[in-house]
Amino acid sequence: MEEVHKYFLNNTRRQFLKKLGLGIGGIAAASMLDPFSSLIEAADSPLKGMNLPHFAPKAKRVIYLFQSGGPSQLELFDYKPLLNKLRGQDLPDSVRKGQRLTGMTSGQDSFPLVGSNFKFDQYGESRAWVSELMPYTAKVVDELCFVKSMHTEAINHDPAITFFQTGSQQAGRPSIGSWMSYGLGSLNDNLPTFTVLLSRGTGRPLAQPLYSRLWGNGFLSSLHQGVQFRSGKDPVLYLKDPEGMTRAERRKMLDHISELNEKQEREFGDPEINSRIGQYEMAYRMQTSVPTTMNIEDEPDHIIQMYGSDATIPGTYAANCLLARRLAEQDVRFIQLYHMGWDQHENLPSQIEKQAKDIDQATAALILDLKQRGLLEDTLVVWGGEFGRTNYSQGTLTETNYGRDHHPKCFTMFMAGGGVKPGFTYGETDDFGYNIAKDPVHVHDLQATMMHLMGVDHTKFTYKHQGRRFRLTDVSGHVVHDLLS
Amino acid sequence: MNTKKKNKPYVLFLYFMIPFLLVLMYKYVTKNKQATYISLDGTITTSEANFQQEIPETIDYIFDVKPILSDRCYLCHGPDDGTREANLRLDTKEGAFAALGKSIKHYAIVAGDTLASKLVERINTKDNIKQMPPEDSNLSLSDYEKKILTKWIEQGAVWKEHWAFVLPEKSQIPSIKNDSLTANEIDNFIIQKLTQQNLAPSKKASKEKLIRRIYFDLTGLPPSLSEIDAFLNDSSKNAYEKVVDHLLNSTRYGEHMATNWLDIARYSDTHGYQDDLERTMWPWRDWVISAFNRNIPYDEFIKWQLAGDLLPNATLEQIVATGFNRNHKITQEGGVIDEEYRVEYVLDRTNTVSKSLLGLTMECAQCHDHKYDPISQKEYFGFYAFFNKVNEKGRMDYGEIPKPNVKITQKEIDEVLNFINMPDSIKEVQLMVMKDDAPNRKTYVLKRGAYDAHGDEVNLTTPKAVLPFTENYEQNRLGLANWLFDKKNTLTSRVAVNRLWQQIFGKGIVASSSDFGNQGALPSHPELLDWLAITYREEGWDTKKMLKRMVMSNTYQQSTKTSDQLLEIDPDNKWLARSSRDKLTAEMIRDNALAVSGLLVEKVGGPSVKPYQPKGLWAETTSGQGLTEYIMDTGENLYRRSLYTFWKRTVPPPAMMTFDAATRDYCTVKRQKTSTPLQALVMLNDPQLIEAANTLAIQVLKNESLSDEAGIETIFRKITSRKPDTSEIENLMTFLKNSESTYDETKKINNKEAIDLITNGIAKEKVYAFGVLTSLIFNLDEAIVKG
Repeated sequence: MEEVHKYFLNNTRRQFLKKLGLGIGGIAAASMLDPFSSLIEAADSPLKGMNLPHFAPKAKRVIYLFQSGGPSQLELFDYKPLLNKLRGQDLPDSVRKGQRLTGMTSGQDSFPLVGSNFKFDQYGESRAWVSELMPYTAKVVDELCFVKSMHTEAINHDPAITFFQTGSQQAGRPSIGSWMSYGLGSLNDNLPTFTVLLSRGTGRPLAQPLYSRLWGNGFLSSLHQGVQFRSGKDPVLYLKDPEGMTRAERRKMLDHISELNEKQEREFGDPEINSRIGQYEMAYRMQTSVPTTMNIEDEPDHIIQMYGSDATIPGTYAANCLLARRLAEQDVRFIQLYHMGWDQHENLPSQIEKQAKDIDQATAALILDLKQRGLLEDTLVVWGGEFGRTNYSQGTLTETNYGRDHHPKCFTMFMAGGGVKPGFTYGETDDFGYNIAKDPVHVHDLQATMMHLMGVDHTKFTYKHQGRRFRLTDVSGHVVHDLLS
Repeated sequence: MNTKKKNKPYVLFLYFMIPFLLVLMYKYVTKNKQATYISLDGTITTSEANFQQEIPETIDYIFDVKPILSDRCYLCHGPDDGTREANLRLDTKEGAFAALGKSIKHYAIVAGDTLASKLVERINTKDNIKQMPPEDSNLSLSDYEKKILTKWIEQGAVWKEHWAFVLPEKSQIPSIKNDSLTANEIDNFIIQKLTQQNLAPSKKASKEKLIRRIYFDLTGLPPSLSEIDAFLNDSSKNAYEKVVDHLLNSTRYGEHMATNWLDIARYSDTHGYQDDLERTMWPWRDWVISAFNRNIPYDEFIKWQLAGDLLPNATLEQIVATGFNRNHKITQEGGVIDEEYRVEYVLDRTNTVSKSLLGLTMECAQCHDHKYDPISQKEYFGFYAFFNKVNEKGRMDYGEIPKPNVKITQKEIDEVLNFINMPDSIKEVQLMVMKDDAPNRKTYVLKRGAYDAHGDEVNLTTPKAVLPFTENYEQNRLGLANWLFDKKNTLTSRVAVNRLWQQIFGKGIVASSSDFGNQGALPSHPELLDWLAITYREEGWDTKKMLKRMVMSNTYQQSTKTSDQLLEIDPDNKWLARSSRDKLTAEMIRDNALAVSGLLVEKVGGPSVKPYQPKGLWAETTSGQGLTEYIMDTGENLYRRSLYTFWKRTVPPPAMMTFDAATRDYCTVKRQKTSTPLQALVMLNDPQLIEAANTLAIQVLKNESLSDEAGIETIFRKITSRKPDTSEIENLMTFLKNSESTYDETKKINNKEAIDLITNGIAKEKVYAFGVLTSLIFNLDEAIVKG
């Protein structure tokens, strides 16, 4: 239903070309520049009157390192020595305060508190607490902005991760990357605005699944859907030409398609045809730009070493972090990673050790690498999962082993770069690591803050669908100004 | 491009001009942005529609005023008691004309007196504190809108009820001077409006275009060459009508109609949450196909699906039909709170029924009274109560078939369910159905919509603005079904015909086909909508007859050809002075390729099938539970119509999603229509389409008597349903020759039939080049439009 603006686009183009005495071939040439481009976005009608960005952005792009499954804050960043002291004792009702439990532990007759098996220490000038599981991250804490007081409304994976990605627990709304693509448009003529990279954790290789709707466009145009970049021969689905076809042949084919389509356009006057010619040109460019971006052969050894040897294994988190940097260099607006396997209901100590090892070095490397290229200042990096984990053990607590259930009441995330305070920790949990003691940050607050950093007022950026103005943060959310640099 | 070669200076010139052009175009476009705001659901909000618009002579409350009040004022001065400001409500006549507060002589609206009307003062004031809407609402009124509201009051502030809550009336068929222009009543209504707009209908589409269009619109598949030829050679007066009748009677019709219905019913082969386990609902899908093919009247079709189990002496078929309300997602996620999800399923049914059958966004009244429409939260839960008597669990176990369900074996199929296509390998299926087997469960208003925040207990009810739910109806889902089809229900028939219209004309008479409320689009042709709505009911809800009426109209048969002038006057084709040039749907694109290449296996119904999908598709996101790996089918299952493609909700078929298929997470009444680079990639490289291209090429090459030109013509015709002209053939010949000349041994020819051809003496170069050529033709714009 965007015929109207296409008409203007087309008509304008046509008038110019006519005036300039150019043939119809020029129309296609001009429309080649359109797809994903800010020009289309400028005319993309429902944005009218929103004047995006609302103010000067601090961040031009986002790299969201989603840790799917719910990493345990108590093993990684939220140091609670009291839990080690009280190990095995029951969670006092005065702390739990009737918080609802998942069906997985609601049947347990006791809730034995358990502290981390891993040592904590303070690092950097900022003296941030980090456990021994994250030695590389510990070295970059002065770049990081920790939020210890995140909380969410959902206690199960599907609704919780959907909530983080779309602002609603139930499926159907656009992902945050789609909102950004729609609102801010593309900075790049050769790559999708919103890209997605997946990796599987080694701590729990078969954990909870992901769903493609997490990067779905919801009610926005499918132009804004997240495009998954996959490891392997076909990095974007259907990108690869049939075996044996050369670029020259493909070019030739597209030229003929354009010529025949233009003939149709002359006959029927449908502006949609020109738009389609433009989409084919973008597809053609992607066929080169995507493999070039995915090919890390030109990365020097010291960079590979920085991210760790996994970086050479396609589909790993480390490889995806390196790709994220390459995509950021190409000015891709929203780069979304998902690392699976953080759901440690049992055998937490052994599993989390592997999970942390998967991500620690590469996450730190990504931040340093962005920094040394001058990209960190306008790239917002976000790290975190969909909820935290309980301070008591799920299942039997033994001398060396325990598990933790989902915990929505408090968990830790961190950000870096694009407009957030470096070397800063915000929010506190109580000594039990169960409740927030100070400065709670709701999921919608985080989303509002991310948007703010991108120059968007989350209360003004709406999309009217089925008669209602929807926004990412639904009807709530506040920018956490204390996090801003 | 050829032109480039011939005209190098022009290319250079253009190259340098591009930045300049872009800036100018950008300026032009931004300048006109104001005027070109149309939301994706086709709603034009008035502020944005004021492009070159003059203030009408007579202001109409429904068409001019209420859209403004609803969109900018109702949020605080609308139906929701909870958030109403200053005790002023503008959505009812009583409220709008009531005195403000206790002081007399203070009125928001005083008919005919703009000076006394506070509304006029407050919308025009420069005082930030007094200004309405207030700044922090992020809403504002344009000058045009202010003038409209003011002039309406000046002209006496004539009030009318919302059109969709007023019973439809069958108005007189407009008389048209030149009756050669009208084929049936539809044309009279359309031409009347065209004349008012100083427009004239377009001439008839060519027969080639027409047969393609009608085939896709009624069956979702293209005509074969012999069918095209037969139509072209049939000079009898009713040649077209014969085609229409033939199509309405083919089983493909039911398959095509079912495809649309599956979006509404959010049909899927999996449960949809988290591990997304497999479910068996395809026998219900087979019923839908059969119901359309048998042309079961729409009222029965809906009644069976909503309340088949409650009908007197309900048959097993009627019970199977109730599967409609069990197609929602169901979770198996460990640890979820059972009641939270059970409530979610009841909400889903409530929202699906109201959205698809009533055209109401009732879901907005789940957490509070509706902000725009007269639906209270209490009414919402009164409606919810109809679906809240099912003895079901919120969380299902792995391997469980959620109750209530019915067991179906070959015996039942042979006796009463012969529309179910059950393969011999399957002995029985258990199908989820509706049953009020928790009759004593009470329903409460859920405060803020939260599953555990019980408010007041509610009884069964419906939005009384539409039609009150009296004791005369059965107090259960059957009563609800009867209420829907009560003559006094203002919405059901309008919503139904509008959806049929959307299917045939590309866009509804009410463009927002799932929202007939205050925030929805206004009908472009209200009298026609009502005439069709009443006629549909009077003719016994005969869907085939109604569709036939639409496609037999001259309006439908117009050419899609448009002009700059027409595009300027009616860019969105609201007035139908031409046919909309609609794109094929995701299903049609693939089915067209299979059909024209002869690969299509036409078998109706049965378990869903797993055609080609990219490697690793399910594996990369799986938890290791349930459907962990996509195992492609073999043989004929690769070539079934796309409505039979296995639908895994968390990883839906990516090529179909790229072409705007619905996710099936929830009810969808209207799909998006987009154009993206990913679509180009699918068309160019999807193995299923490449295979179809090669197969079609081989088929043509097998006929050795055909010249290259004739081969090209055949392929072109099969894919686009029309003959290419000489310039097109010339263009494609150039490409063919070029492809032949670039052929070398690096090109892979794997197709067995292709290898046979080469063995039989046809040059490899030619076999290769024809394959690539066919792929090119599949990629033409014309190959993915209806005609």
